[in-house]
Amino acid sequence: MSASKVTKQLGGLFLTALLFGPAMAFAEYSTLNMTESVSKIGQDMYDLHMLVLWICVVAGVLVFGVIIYSLINHRKSKGAQPAPFHENTTIEVIWTTIPLIILVAIAVPSTKTLLKYEDTSNSDLTIKATGWQWKWEYDYIDDKVGDSKGIRFFSSLSKDANEARQLGANKELPEHYLLDVDKRIVVPVGKKVRVLTTAADVIHAWWVPELAIKRDAIPGFVNESWFQAEKVGVYRGQCAELCGKDHGFMPIVVEVKSVEDYKQWASNAKAQAAREQAAADAASGKVYSKAELMAKGKDVYTTNCQACHQAEGQGGGPFPALKGSKVATTGSIADHIGLIVKGKGIMPPFGAQLSALDIAAVTTYERNAWGNDTGDVVQPSQVSK
Amino acid sequence: MSEHHDAPTGIKRWLFTTNHKDIGTLYLWFSFIMLLTGGAMAMVIRAELLYPGMQVVDPNFFNMMTTMHGLIMVFGAIMPAMVGLANWLIPMMIGAPDMALPRMNNWSFWILPGAAILLVAPMFMGGDFLSGQGPAFGWTFYEPLSGQYGNLAFFVFAVHLLGFSSIMGSINIIATILNMRAPGMSLMKMPMFVWTWLITAFLLIAVMPVLAGVVTMMLTDKYFGTSFFDAAGGGDPVMFQHVFWFFGHPEVYIMILPAFGVVSQIIPTFARKKLFGYASMVYATAAIAFLSFIVWAHHMFTVGMPVAGELYFMYATVMIAVPTAVKVFNWTATMWKGAITFEIPMLWSIAFVFLFTIGGFTGLMLGLAPVDFQYHDTYFVVAHFHYVLVTGALFAIIGAFYYWVPKWTGNMYNETLAQIHFWVSLISVNILFFPQHFIGLAGMPRRIPDYAIQFADWNFWSSIGGFIFGLSQVLFLYIVIKTIKGGKKATDQVWESAEGLEWTVASPAPYHTFATPPEIK
Repeated sequence: MSASKVTKQLGGLFLTALLFGPAMAFAEYSTLNMTESVSKIGQDMYDLHMLVLWICVVAGVLVFGVIIYSLINHRKSKGAQPAPFHENTTIEVIWTTIPLIILVAIAVPSTKTLLKYEDTSNSDLTIKATGWQWKWEYDYIDDKVGDSKGIRFFSSLSKDANEARQLGANKELPEHYLLDVDKRIVVPVGKKVRVLTTAADVIHAWWVPELAIKRDAIPGFVNESWFQAEKVGVYRGQCAELCGKDHGFMPIVVEVKSVEDYKQWASNAKAQAAREQAAADAASGKVYSKAELMAKGKDVYTTNCQACHQAEGQGGGPFPALKGSKVATTGSIADHIGLIVKGKGIMPPFGAQLSALDIAAVTTYERNAWGNDTGDVVQPSQVSK
Repeated sequence: MSEHHDAPTGIKRWLFTTNHKDIGTLYLWFSFIMLLTGGAMAMVIRAELLYPGMQVVDPNFFNMMTTMHGLIMVFGAIMPAMVGLANWLIPMMIGAPDMALPRMNNWSFWILPGAAILLVAPMFMGGDFLSGQGPAFGWTFYEPLSGQYGNLAFFVFAVHLLGFSSIMGSINIIATILNMRAPGMSLMKMPMFVWTWLITAFLLIAVMPVLAGVVTMMLTDKYFGTSFFDAAGGGDPVMFQHVFWFFGHPEVYIMILPAFGVVSQIIPTFARKKLFGYASMVYATAAIAFLSFIVWAHHMFTVGMPVAGELYFMYATVMIAVPTAVKVFNWTATMWKGAITFEIPMLWSIAFVFLFTIGGFTGLMLGLAPVDFQYHDTYFVVAHFHYVLVTGALFAIIGAFYYWVPKWTGNMYNETLAQIHFWVSLISVNILFFPQHFIGLAGMPRRIPDYAIQFADWNFWSSIGGFIFGLSQVLFLYIVIKTIKGGKKATDQVWESAEGLEWTVASPAPYHTFATPPEIK
């Protein structure tokens, strides 16, 4: 009896939560119910969620109501005598049929929504999202709206969040903690955006709740899905498939702009990419001083390597120390670079993520920091991917 | 026949025992130790998630905790507890003197501690103590992530041994039920617990080899250069998930069907009424078992299946709601117009019916592909399967303990402590898991060691509930030991209107029962 009371109270809480959920929500998030979507198909999904939820609540109230009634009124202490019945074919047929009918009723809208969701045709823009341990790479591969084709960049957890999330960092958590990136993807409002997901190492999943899109990114395969945001804004999500150590730290941020602003962004981004490419080309032949490489290398190390190999190169758990290690001291420079470019076991390959200069710098850094002191200086020209 | 010859004592009694009651006890203790171990890991998880920011463990260690918690609870706590109950109860319920294959029974159990050691050993390997080299790839060990880990062979061989144990245990249970029933006990006269275990045993025999196959493919991929799950070599990482869930979905019914059986024994006793719809209960159990084989890909709606596949798996999955609803209706109808009393086992069973049903509702929601795209891999899923497995399977196991422990030990449990145990567990488990529905819907992925600030409030409460629930199981340990040591003496019948052969023997049950089979009219 009392068990039911608690359940009833919790049920009450749930109902209250549902009725007043929107009012209690803060920021753009509901803390009690499914995030409402800014896409039409997402709204269909939300409506379906609410429909099924209410069906479950009503069914729960009915069944639990009967049990609670029985627990209160059919107690031995109230002098109840057990009835002799223990089967009744009619009622058993009825209560097998009713759930069946309800299921068919739910299946109809579910099928409709699913078919709509899986229709990726007639898209206006196609972006490829590649999951890496632990960041996202975006390629704009087709664009009927503006001129974004060819834009390609990596998107990682924002620097302030990355510092604040270190074990025992004890820093104040920045705004949008763990849901902010260094480089957002930008899409136009009201346009159908097809997202191709794949991965470079293990399975990831690309999920933005408010855009109602979640699709696995699987190495060696390309999945497709889509979203269409009806409202300008910034929408945040996370990787949704366990992908190793920093699975919780590879957010997704989508900025939805008006069509004009989007076009402007695309042409700016392309111009900037061209400048960066020119700089990188120039850099690959250039000879750098050790101090320049060490300074750059420390940056690259902090962003890409420190999460596993630790600030002082001491490693920990399954992640080997670099300080005093064979690879970073007596081993050959070519092997050291090869390990960074190709990865090994749990270590992801960095060849496609880092420029030749980055790799040269971080190799130099690892061979001279923390008392490794080999004196080796590695130039970008020595790096072959 | 009833006197024993050269019965060894001390450690040898337990090492060499072929007695179903001894082996049942071993299983139950093993399971309890694993429950506390897996529970301690859950405490680490909840401690890290108490506040946003990283305070307690690093992300790799956190992943290791979620992985080991899941593996230990599934393979170490819930499954062995159910086998322990089967060992203790099935021979007594069907009037058999022991299990059909007693020596194999000994071996089925004694493989388990070795498997558990292999499973946890990598946690202690590497540079320093608990340095975090154990499995950290989730209890579902998806490729290619799991293939990145060293020490994978330990995991693979641990799973092989667990599989041997389960298959031998299942063969034994099937052989016992089909061959050793007392004269007159037809299949349709068997207690529900026996029925649910018979069906569960067939599920185990069907799917444990599939699990063994999938881990062997992982092994050869990792160490012998095959490419079952590596696209670069012509393999397919998604095939791993298909094979895994072909095992994994029946597995969840392996954990819950015996729990249905337990509850179907307890409720009629305390409602003082025969189980309503016995035949339909049997058919519903069989229907659930059959359906469990054809719905596996509903765990994988986001992998990019063809839409026809998604539709099929969605329809097949929601069909499970029908036989499950029939079961809940039958328990309800059993209580209806009964003469109900609220002894401790009944309290756990009533809680089971309510809370398992909540888990069933969320299961229906998760089965609908288009909304599952939002629920998938969030805390909504975590809430769902903990309602089914903790307030479902585990509550039934605890209820079973209180129901049959007077028969096992001859002693009644301490009523006051048992009341505290129940109420504290019931309230705290809901504080623990109910808010996880909210944070999952709000967008928190599962298996993350740290979270965005908007998830902070409910995570805090979930952790508080978790700590209390964890502590109350330490009280349970105390209650168990206290009951074994002494207590009010139980009568042979124990419960006023308990029916079944196990209640016809003395309390505590003699070492050998039914050396001469009873006659069933």
